[in-house]
Amino acid sequence: MYIKLTNGVVYDPVHGINGEYRDIYIRDGNITRKPSSNVKIDKVYDMKGKIIMAGAIDLHTHIGGGKVNIARMMLPEDHKADLVSKTELTRSGCGHAAPSTLTAGYRYAEMGYTACFEPAMLPANSRQAHMEMADTPMVDKGAYAMIGSDDFFLRMLASKKDQAAISDYVGWIINATQALGIKVVNPGGISAFKFNQRKLDLDEENKYYGVSPRDILVALARAVTELGIPHPLHVHGCNLGVPGNVETTLETIRAAEGMRMHITHIQFHSYGTEGDKKFSSGAAEIAEAVNKNPNISIDVGQVLFGQTVTASGDSMRQYAGHWHAHPKKWVVMDIECDAGCGVVPFKYRDKNFVNALQWAIGLELFLLVDDPWRIFLTTDHPNGAPFTSYPHLIRLLMDRSFRNDMLSSINKEAAAASTLSSIDREYSLYDIAIMTRAAPARSLGLKNRGHLGSGAVADITVYTEKKDKEKMFSKPDYVFKDGELIVRNGKIVKVVQGATHTLRPEFDMGIEKSLKRYFDKYQTMSLGNFKIDDDEIVEHGNGKIIVQPCM
Amino acid sequence: MDKKSNASTAITKDVTCPFCGILCDDLVIQNQNNKLKVIENGCSKAIEMFQKELPESSAQIKGKNVSLDDAIDSVCKILKKSHTPLIAGLGTDVSGIRNVMELADKTGAILDHMHGNGLIRNTLVLQDLGWIMTTMAEIKNRADLVIFAGTDATNFSRFYERVIWNKESMFKLKNDDRQIVYIGANLNSKPGINPNGKRPTVLDCETEEIGEIISSLHALVAGATLDVNEVAGIKVKTLQTLAEQMKTAKYGVIVWAPGELDFPHAELTIQNFCETVKYLTRFTRFAGFSLGGNDGGMTANSVCAWQSGYPLRVNFNKGYPDYDAYRYSTHNVLKNKEVDSLLWISSFSSNINTPHASIPTIVMGMPDTKLKFKPDVFIPVSTPGIDHTGQIIRTDSVVSLPLKKVRTSPYASVPSVLNQVIERM
Repeated sequence: MYIKLTNGVVYDPVHGINGEYRDIYIRDGNITRKPSSNVKIDKVYDMKGKIIMAGAIDLHTHIGGGKVNIARMMLPEDHKADLVSKTELTRSGCGHAAPSTLTAGYRYAEMGYTACFEPAMLPANSRQAHMEMADTPMVDKGAYAMIGSDDFFLRMLASKKDQAAISDYVGWIINATQALGIKVVNPGGISAFKFNQRKLDLDEENKYYGVSPRDILVALARAVTELGIPHPLHVHGCNLGVPGNVETTLETIRAAEGMRMHITHIQFHSYGTEGDKKFSSGAAEIAEAVNKNPNISIDVGQVLFGQTVTASGDSMRQYAGHWHAHPKKWVVMDIECDAGCGVVPFKYRDKNFVNALQWAIGLELFLLVDDPWRIFLTTDHPNGAPFTSYPHLIRLLMDRSFRNDMLSSINKEAAAASTLSSIDREYSLYDIAIMTRAAPARSLGLKNRGHLGSGAVADITVYTEKKDKEKMFSKPDYVFKDGELIVRNGKIVKVVQGATHTLRPEFDMGIEKSLKRYFDKYQTMSLGNFKIDDDEIVEHGNGKIIVQPCM
Repeated sequence: MDKKSNASTAITKDVTCPFCGILCDDLVIQNQNNKLKVIENGCSKAIEMFQKELPESSAQIKGKNVSLDDAIDSVCKILKKSHTPLIAGLGTDVSGIRNVMELADKTGAILDHMHGNGLIRNTLVLQDLGWIMTTMAEIKNRADLVIFAGTDATNFSRFYERVIWNKESMFKLKNDDRQIVYIGANLNSKPGINPNGKRPTVLDCETEEIGEIISSLHALVAGATLDVNEVAGIKVKTLQTLAEQMKTAKYGVIVWAPGELDFPHAELTIQNFCETVKYLTRFTRFAGFSLGGNDGGMTANSVCAWQSGYPLRVNFNKGYPDYDAYRYSTHNVLKNKEVDSLLWISSFSSNINTPHASIPTIVMGMPDTKLKFKPDVFIPVSTPGIDHTGQIIRTDSVVSLPLKKVRTSPYASVPSVLNQVIERM
């Protein structure tokens, strides 16, 4: 079956196509070359003047796993304001800060997204993370296994095991948990918190293991490189939210020693200590470092004003942040000698100096980092804001006068402390297509996604160009997933399941001998039961597994 | 199945036992001619449940044997006619609950679990002020002070063997370094005697008084003085000693079982535990741990939360999920006649107290279920983890475990029966 999208204006940065009239042909779920003239086209969509991009990809969104489910259970009042009724096609649920899995899938698709990646899958909780992702329809999914504070790894590092053994362990984790990448959160800090350490700088040692966050970062970044994992080590650094952490972040970039590294929600790690309130923007220094170091990519973790909930593996920093909980309830957990988590509801206020400056710092970062291939659009959903605010964020980036209007409405001192008003840059549609499609696909190693060339999977979003970019990106005219029309005029017209993306890096299975001993002695589940079978992911009609190649 | 078979005998290792919330997954099960024997690591409950022979049973409509197909048709008829069904019991695995959720959305049903009263005691605390919690492997390797509050954990029989008295722990914590304390009424403190004979501290009080004792400990930890000699019959001096122990613990844990704190507003007692833990965490490390989740309770609660946004108890009758932890209890909605049909599911236990209401009632139960009444439809169902594969969530609601099939059952699984119901509706 052939489908043709005709007369559309195409933005496909992978192929350097910047707003050109092109026809797109789809056959059996994939984009294909123009067929010969005798081939029958089964369906033609006239996209006259409409904007066509690949389906959007969110590479950092907390959509599944224990901490998200704690946030759901904890916040009935937040759901009440955004209840979602069932329809002929779709199931009921609820939205806003910690949406139900089904609603999250529907809303991502209705916004033109076709793939979402959970960045903090605790190995001990990976079965549940996969079950939640399987219950998130419409979009492709995948997750990064979160290690670096797990005792097995810290024991290896403390006993100076060689890098090959560490890489074998990382390879084993990716396979066992069906992950697509590796994330480290407050490296070693989650473990340190269990030993009652309350902060951990880059070169400070975990008091039990005697290893520093820098040691952990280097070992994991090497493992990721050696295993050929396409996505660089995904780093949630030390000292999240701490004024002055800009220095830690700059030092973390240096600690990468030229290896590829992705620093996530960098906005929360770009704070200086200048000014009367000892809180200032470090965005310029961070942007300069990112611009100079082509091995570094970032996502922003933009803050937008309103009620949300912060859900993070960083139990140490979440505990420290609980004093600011709004409403005043919060959860911190230590988990299985593996990891931890913290869930703290939060309300970002535009008239609050710190919150307003956080907002400005995020935007400064977006606008001062030159290369849109190395900066991705995120709010660290739901930590900076719910993902449903992406269209608003896109407007802030594309529309300087709108941005300046917003700037004039926030806390005056924060506005004065920010350089935002002096930045003229506006993102183009081409830039947006890079940072929300082409770049995340490339970063994750998804070769046939994020572009519209022949051979790509036909995940396609079609918009009507509008001056108000928030309106434009809120409600695509058409969304195709694997070549099927799933959204029309911003509403679901067909429910699909989406696939789960994983990797199968090669490693020496000999590592299982020491893992077996470790599990038998210290863990409360068996090694065999820790591993996730393919069947567990695909059963219940929940899509398929796509194994992405390693580099 | 990692089986070593000879003729008709098969051995399966690493079998998860789904019959209580701590989900031991090290059982070794022998299947000989479809008869099971727990060869290693079975507690008495596991042995009883795995070794119970499959009785003869049949699907029934009003007590008369019928085919499964006819029974499912009858279920559909009842549910189609019903304005607001109650789907309760909910003793099933993840797959079963996924189907329950879909069916509830379709039929506008109210959902509750058979252990809902226990579940919501924790939920109410989570939703009010939150908590700091820990999981089994952390207790096993770190906890130097374990306070059992209102429970002796003996309903979770291998808890001591698996996490309290260890051959080895990762951080060189010896059994003699681990202090055990019991607070409550009629608690069996024997399992708390360590392998070297060291006895635990026991604070004997009424269950309803535990909150008072914990609050006093909280006050003492915070440096307050108490102008009394005794609290709930316990000498303040004893409390002071314990408060000192709590302050100097490196990793203390308060363990409770919400199902065993069965008195009005017991959630306030649980909240006392949690607030004391939070206070102690200002200067040392402390955490709570909840023992529960039997009959797939944690599974039902978790899946309900991720698919609807809310933990149990939820009503789908308005077309969207409406959560009310009190109003939508099985007891209330039956008493107040808010529902006009009942679907009761129990695939992990047969001696459950299925409610008898004067509304059309469907029971999907274990084949040996004995009911005090004849339901409109009875469907014998197989058990996840014995008769079919699946997943189930542990009491800490973090770890979930795969369930194995170790026997062939002639009875259909809850997920498959519900699937057919959904397809025919």
